[in-house]
Amino acid sequence: MKAVMAVAEKEFKDGLRNRWMIAITLIFAVMASGLSWFGSASVGSIGFSSVANTIVSLSSLNVFLLPLIALLLSYQAIVGEDEDGTLLLLLTYPLSKGELLLGKLLGQTSTLAIATIVGFGSASLSILLFADNVNIEELLSAFGLFILSAILLGMVFICLSYVISSWVSEKSKAAGLALIIWFFFVLIYDMGLLGILVATEGQVQADVFPYLLLLNPTDIFRLINLVTFETNGTGLLSIAAEQSFSIGGLIISMLAWIALPFSLAYYRLLKRPI
Amino acid sequence: MSIIQLQNISQQFGKLQVLDSLSLDLEKGEVLGLFGHNGAGKTTSMKIILGLLKPTSGQIKVFGQDPYHSDFHHYRYRIGFLPENVSFYQQLTGKEVLTFFAKLKRVSKSRCNELLEQVGLTAAANRKVKTYSKGMKQRLGLAQAILTEPALLLLDEPTVGLDPIATQEFYEIVDRLKSTGCSIILCSHVLPGVEKHIDKVAILSQGKLAAYGSIPELRKQTSLTTKIHFSGCFDIRKLQQQIGVNISSRQNGSFSLKTQPEDKLAVVKTLLAQPGIHDLDTFPPSLEQLYRHFVVSAPPVEQSQRTDQDMIDNDSLTPEDSEVEPEDLAVTAKQTGEKL
Repeated sequence: MKAVMAVAEKEFKDGLRNRWMIAITLIFAVMASGLSWFGSASVGSIGFSSVANTIVSLSSLNVFLLPLIALLLSYQAIVGEDEDGTLLLLLTYPLSKGELLLGKLLGQTSTLAIATIVGFGSASLSILLFADNVNIEELLSAFGLFILSAILLGMVFICLSYVISSWVSEKSKAAGLALIIWFFFVLIYDMGLLGILVATEGQVQADVFPYLLLLNPTDIFRLINLVTFETNGTGLLSIAAEQSFSIGGLIISMLAWIALPFSLAYYRLLKRPI
Repeated sequence: MSIIQLQNISQQFGKLQVLDSLSLDLEKGEVLGLFGHNGAGKTTSMKIILGLLKPTSGQIKVFGQDPYHSDFHHYRYRIGFLPENVSFYQQLTGKEVLTFFAKLKRVSKSRCNELLEQVGLTAAANRKVKTYSKGMKQRLGLAQAILTEPALLLLDEPTVGLDPIATQEFYEIVDRLKSTGCSIILCSHVLPGVEKHIDKVAILSQGKLAAYGSIPELRKQTSLTTKIHFSGCFDIRKLQQQIGVNISSRQNGSFSLKTQPEDKLAVVKTLLAQPGIHDLDTFPPSLEQLYRHFVVSAPPVEQSQRTDQDMIDNDSLTPEDSEVEPEDLAVTAKQTGEKL
């Protein structure tokens, strides 16, 4: 466990050193504050509208940004060490491959988690301080859940990065594949589902359809942040409204989305020629 | 107890046979020099010993354990490894890199400072590794390899990029570790200077063990000639008859002859008995010559190796032909005739 912490500490410090953490924090803070104060500008009003609106628009924007950030943060995790020759060296240390991967996950998750908490936390603080008639309890629980689910979503994509990183032999390939993964989950998957839905005129397997959303972690993230509010999601997520998911169930499926890629990454690392 | 035991280790990557029934062993406090061309299987052997690769067939024991097994974990504290190409973490300082590795081996920070001092990196300790020269990275690599005063040390091309003084300091560290009972495997392309620091030599050629043993043992196997340089006033023709080998003259006015190892002592005695002798040096076959003998020449080795040797000497003799005395001309002529 001490070895895991040593690796985690190094990864975390790397995040501080190369300004990743400060950059992500700033992006989140600006995004969250901007959306909460100017989110309703399109309907002609400026200022804080409602917690529900803010969280819903934040989650639809975050669903694009956060996976990309997580993938960029960690696609080099294994392949980068390999190219620098340090993977070979590390494995001669009293450090198993599982400990190495776990240490990296802990370190990079902490980087992302602190950025998420500080970034979005500051936005909720600004709402708390300057907006009128805000239900404090609603605000805090909504932002709390949002931040928690954002951290989980980040972990999912960090683990997906590790799969790529422990599979391929070159950094450039890993970067390319990371982009493809992002493109697939964020854009292609939902479009594909919508396409099928339209083509079959919504008749086929209507009861199975909501569960297909669970196969995409970005959709789970959006569902988590929707179910607390009465508002129905737009587009694809409106289907899910018919099928009510519990938050607990959604979080468990998110955890599965962390555990499975992590195990696959571990397996690939075991098989990786050193 | 043997620290390392390899029995008939073979390693195949697809169709490529990288190691072919390699057997080696290393005792406590021994230094083994592992030599061979690029692709001869040196690094693969090291990876097998380190438990990073599972050999296709054969038996391996390191500290009496299978290094590929997960139980081997605890023994890793006692192993030091310097890889051939390692650029470390470019954005970290030398000190940070060493501290990170020290944490993995549970070594204290003060030991890190001590080691940085020992490898001469104290002044550069707070500079980023990306500004380091090849030699400095190599010294950092050595520092991390000896973090724990290891019982087994594997060094892959340790002196590449080191200047002569740093190389000297490196060998001092090797000798000191050896004296404390550390077993060392030293992989190298740079043969000069290694000789006096190693107990055993293993020469790999295309995955096979081409030679294995101590340097004197290998010398016996090869029948490579020992060179004797001497100077003084002699009747060369008479001396030549007495010793029974060719004597050539060298540029600086001294003489040179070559003899089989078993005749060496007799020749030296005869030479010392000459009243005119001033100076005498003997040169047994160097590690380079042994290496060439085992790797370059195909069996039957002897013939081709001799020609090689003579050709080298021939080059060095050519310019001095004009200066030699009449007596020696005959010698040179005779020699040349032989070669033709």
